[in-house]
Amino acid sequence: MYRPILCMDDFLVIDHVSKTFGAQRAVDDVSLTVAQGEAFSLLGPSGCGKTTLLRMIAGFERPDSGRILVGGQDITALPPELRPVNTVFQNYALFPHLSVWDNIAFGLRMSRRPREEIRSGVDRMLELVRLSEHARKRPTQLSGGQRQRVAIARALVNRPQVLLLDEPLAALDLKLRQHMLMELNAIHEQVGTTFIYVTHDQGEAMSLSDRIAVMNAGKVEQVDSPEHLYEAPRTSFVASFIGDANFFTGVAVELQHEGYVRVLVDGLGSPLVLSNGAVSANQTLRLMVRPEKISLTLTRPPSGERVNAFRGVVEDMAYFGSHTRYRIRAGEHSILAQMQRSRFSGGDIDPARGAEVWMSFHPDEGRVVRLEGAA
Amino acid sequence: MSNESRPARQWLLTLPSLTWLAVFFVIPAILVIITAFRPADLQGGVGPGWTLATLREVQDPAYLPILWRTLWLSGATTLICLALALPVVFQMARVGQRMRQVLLLLIVIPFLSNFLIRIFAWKSLLHPEGPLTKLLIVLHLIPENAVLLNHVGTVLLVLVYTQLPFAILPLYAAAEKFDFGLLDAARDLGAGPWRAFSKVFIPGVRRGLISASVMVFVCCLGQYVIPQMVGGTSDEMLGSKIAQRVFSDRNLPHASALAGGLMLAVLVPMLIVVLWQQFGRKEAE
Repeated sequence: MYRPILCMDDFLVIDHVSKTFGAQRAVDDVSLTVAQGEAFSLLGPSGCGKTTLLRMIAGFERPDSGRILVGGQDITALPPELRPVNTVFQNYALFPHLSVWDNIAFGLRMSRRPREEIRSGVDRMLELVRLSEHARKRPTQLSGGQRQRVAIARALVNRPQVLLLDEPLAALDLKLRQHMLMELNAIHEQVGTTFIYVTHDQGEAMSLSDRIAVMNAGKVEQVDSPEHLYEAPRTSFVASFIGDANFFTGVAVELQHEGYVRVLVDGLGSPLVLSNGAVSANQTLRLMVRPEKISLTLTRPPSGERVNAFRGVVEDMAYFGSHTRYRIRAGEHSILAQMQRSRFSGGDIDPARGAEVWMSFHPDEGRVVRLEGAA
Repeated sequence: MSNESRPARQWLLTLPSLTWLAVFFVIPAILVIITAFRPADLQGGVGPGWTLATLREVQDPAYLPILWRTLWLSGATTLICLALALPVVFQMARVGQRMRQVLLLLIVIPFLSNFLIRIFAWKSLLHPEGPLTKLLIVLHLIPENAVLLNHVGTVLLVLVYTQLPFAILPLYAAAEKFDFGLLDAARDLGAGPWRAFSKVFIPGVRRGLISASVMVFVCCLGQYVIPQMVGGTSDEMLGSKIAQRVFSDRNLPHASALAGGLMLAVLVPMLIVVLWQQFGRKEAE
């Protein structure tokens, strides 16, 4: 039964979907909603269930329980050929016996569209992906980036309501990946279709999507914009999967207004940090600070209410051109810090191995994240 | 290595296979054709001198229905074998490695018993007093007085039985290399299971189909034991006639002329297929 779209924000609905393979729960009670026209990513390490979820949206796997809706229509029981969804496969899966033109025309021919509509549709798509002059070639005669674009055109020509892209950049080399990233964003903007990416690469997900669902062990850990995921991860898994992070375990000793909490950490004093959720006194907490949020100085930074400062010894360092990374030991902690410049802001000597330094960060840059396994 | 010497080197590299082809195929074929132009002698050998008499003899219109029967039986056997082999290899290429080996073994096992014995098995199976005939009569699937043996249909059945593995093996080799992810892509693009199979799987194993067709068709053309053992008196194939000329009439030139004619009847269409393939490849480039 097709129902009119009631709410554009609930365009694609994953409703309590689970899937088990043998003894393994590949997807464990996942619920998500994706808005119409949104670029959305399923991000996670291999085996987290993101590909299984994608295959269930495409129709190649049937969920054990739960429902999948597109535009208000329940598609859970539909075979892949009847879904308003098309897929760009990881290895592109272009038909080797057909030309580029015939590959793109395949879907329209399957739905028995009139000849004229097929011709104009395919030609329009070839223009969109800038492959018009390669229309007569076979897929094997194209470069990786060109094949990728044929795969996108072959899917988009059917005007799917949702376009699924399975690791779209994984098969490309680094340089081409940067380029295709921009191109995918441009295509998404141009066609306005809902894009669902599946990727294990956090950089890819961050630059391609409006929102990201970070998945781990069959469950969704957090759904948020790239900025929020990076700045305010809710779990230590999200914090460590997206970018680098330093983690500390401590006990809440003082609750302040507006979500600030002072946490006693062995060897670091009691830094003041922000918490996303409710925290009670004496609760054991996990803190997270991004390496680039920590500033290094040779002298103690001017003390104040809003600065967390502690001392350490430089253990190791690596120069990356645009920035330098330091591994600093403070008590039993090994802390990663990253500086934009190779020189200290507090002086103009490079910190050497074994040098004693001060590390400091603003309370807004420290976050309380959920302990692993805690609800 | 300079560019000029490359063709020479390529010739050198193909020399062993060319020699093999020449010794085992081209020279015997030429000998057969030459024999057709020699007179027969009374001892069953070849007499001195040259003659065109044999060529006139084999133009006997009585051979036409036999040639026609040979061609359509071989063609029908090829089509039936392909139709039976396609679903088999489709499944075989998708099951696990261990299951695949078991299935391959099952397909090859009948080869381990003698060809004639397997035909005899069919003969007793289809005999009016045989178990299959009796069972079918009991089930009322065939009339009481039906004779399953000595019929052109029986020849076709046994031809299909003997040739099926020759269709399965080359097709399996092609199906094993087929990327089954392409079927997902076809389904994703709106093709039902059957259309995904016919529009993507069948073109994907096209080379296997061609080699299986050639294999089965050519093997059928030369058959004479099967029509002789399970067919009726009016179900002869050209192979039966050739065998008869060699073994009963002891007329080698006549047999050679028939064999040469059959060879031409096969080679000319095959040449067309090969040229068509070459043309297709050029067009793709």
